[in-house]
Amino acid sequence: MDTLKPDAANYQRLLKHYIAAQDEQSLYGAEQISKQFIQNNVPPEDIVNLHNQAMASLYSDMPAYFRHSMNFLLETMISYGVMLQEYHTLREEQSELKSEIAVAANMQDTLLKTTTPDMEGMDIGVISVPAHQMNGDYYHFVTGSDGLLGVAVADVIGKGIPAALCMSMIKYSMDSLPEKIMRPQTILENLNRVVERNVDDSMFITMFYAQFIPSGGTVRYSSAGHEPGFYFNAQQNTFEELEAKGLVLGVDPDTNYQQYERVLHQGDMLILLTDGVTECRQGDRFIESQEVLDVIGRFSHLPAQEMVDNVYKHFEWLQDFHLRDDFTLIVLKKV
Amino acid sequence: MGLLSCVTINNEWDIVKARQLGRECARDVGFSTVDQARIATAVSELARNIYLYTDSGQLCFEQISHTEQKGMTLVSLDDGPGMDDISQMMEDGYSTSGGLGTGLPGVKRLVDQFDIQSEKGKGTEIRAVKWTR
Repeated sequence: MDTLKPDAANYQRLLKHYIAAQDEQSLYGAEQISKQFIQNNVPPEDIVNLHNQAMASLYSDMPAYFRHSMNFLLETMISYGVMLQEYHTLREEQSELKSEIAVAANMQDTLLKTTTPDMEGMDIGVISVPAHQMNGDYYHFVTGSDGLLGVAVADVIGKGIPAALCMSMIKYSMDSLPEKIMRPQTILENLNRVVERNVDDSMFITMFYAQFIPSGGTVRYSSAGHEPGFYFNAQQNTFEELEAKGLVLGVDPDTNYQQYERVLHQGDMLILLTDGVTECRQGDRFIESQEVLDVIGRFSHLPAQEMVDNVYKHFEWLQDFHLRDDFTLIVLKKV
Repeated sequence: MGLLSCVTINNEWDIVKARQLGRECARDVGFSTVDQARIATAVSELARNIYLYTDSGQLCFEQISHTEQKGMTLVSLDDGPGMDDISQMMEDGYSTSGGLGTGLPGVKRLVDQFDIQSEKGKGTEIRAVKWTR
């Protein structure tokens, strides 16, 4: 091994010094050399051989039993050397995969891009953070020509790449729905048929769809088995779960979804989320949904975007900066 | 071309015989101690494959030279079941013998050239070449 040559003299010099003085400095030198070996992919059997040769040139009277013992050691190192090479190959493959996934995640961001609308009378805050590289949560804003604002929040049961692929389908089917049927229940009914036809039986998608009518402050919403959102009553300073029943998308093509209504007054908020928020874990303990509301309440005086950012930061900290599930939180505040 | 010497692999002891013959051949060619050990390990792995997966087979060694280079060829021949999927056998981390062997990818790493031909129901022939440095 050519890369070994400059090290061989160095190794012998350090070894000689150490045998004479047993000093820490030589051992520090050994540590440095060892890092060079690793950098140059020197297999362990070559290092044993190097040691053997250094000893032979330092001690012409090296006993035969010692030489044999070194050869024995060398033999045991061969398979380690092979495994080391295998490890290097696997590591390269892994980094290739990682960069491929990074490209896919990037593409997903572009495909699923939605802009948070700037709307009179409504302060909107959004955060959506994937647990891994690709996001299985999805949210989408639709501003119709009639001035209505639609908000969809969806979660594929499952994480990672399959979930992400599935989300692209949802987005494009939503885009292709004619605007005049854009009422929460009809949207869910249409998407349900698309999902039922196109997605594997083992995959489910939950979705919450809300539609805000700015003129009177009315909100219509429907849910397909999605984590319930919350309504914040500013006057009473209370949270209320948005009860909405409905089967997850993709189970039964003939499912009908119910539509609910509620009126938002000034300062009231609609909070939409995915189970990555409500199923945050502190150690092995799932947090209570009351805790989620307490945290949201603590930041409710802030503008919507700062609110969701702060709530996320809190739960990120609570979970030791390691998300277990994709986290999506949307706040719509009537101002 | 040099002498072809062979060991028939019928039982586990024959693996040791093959190692020994392979190492002697490597020493005669002039391989370093480390390369001798690598060749012995490759021989072991090939012989083990014959012992574990076929009724019987042979491991042969041949000294070779090419212009100024010297080297040796390891040939593994068996008329066993053959391999279903050679690509899979050559994949890192795939080993049917429980994962602890270096496997065929390991053999490939220990030598300079590696060629494998296998036919289902007819057997497998592996040729591995290593050159002195």
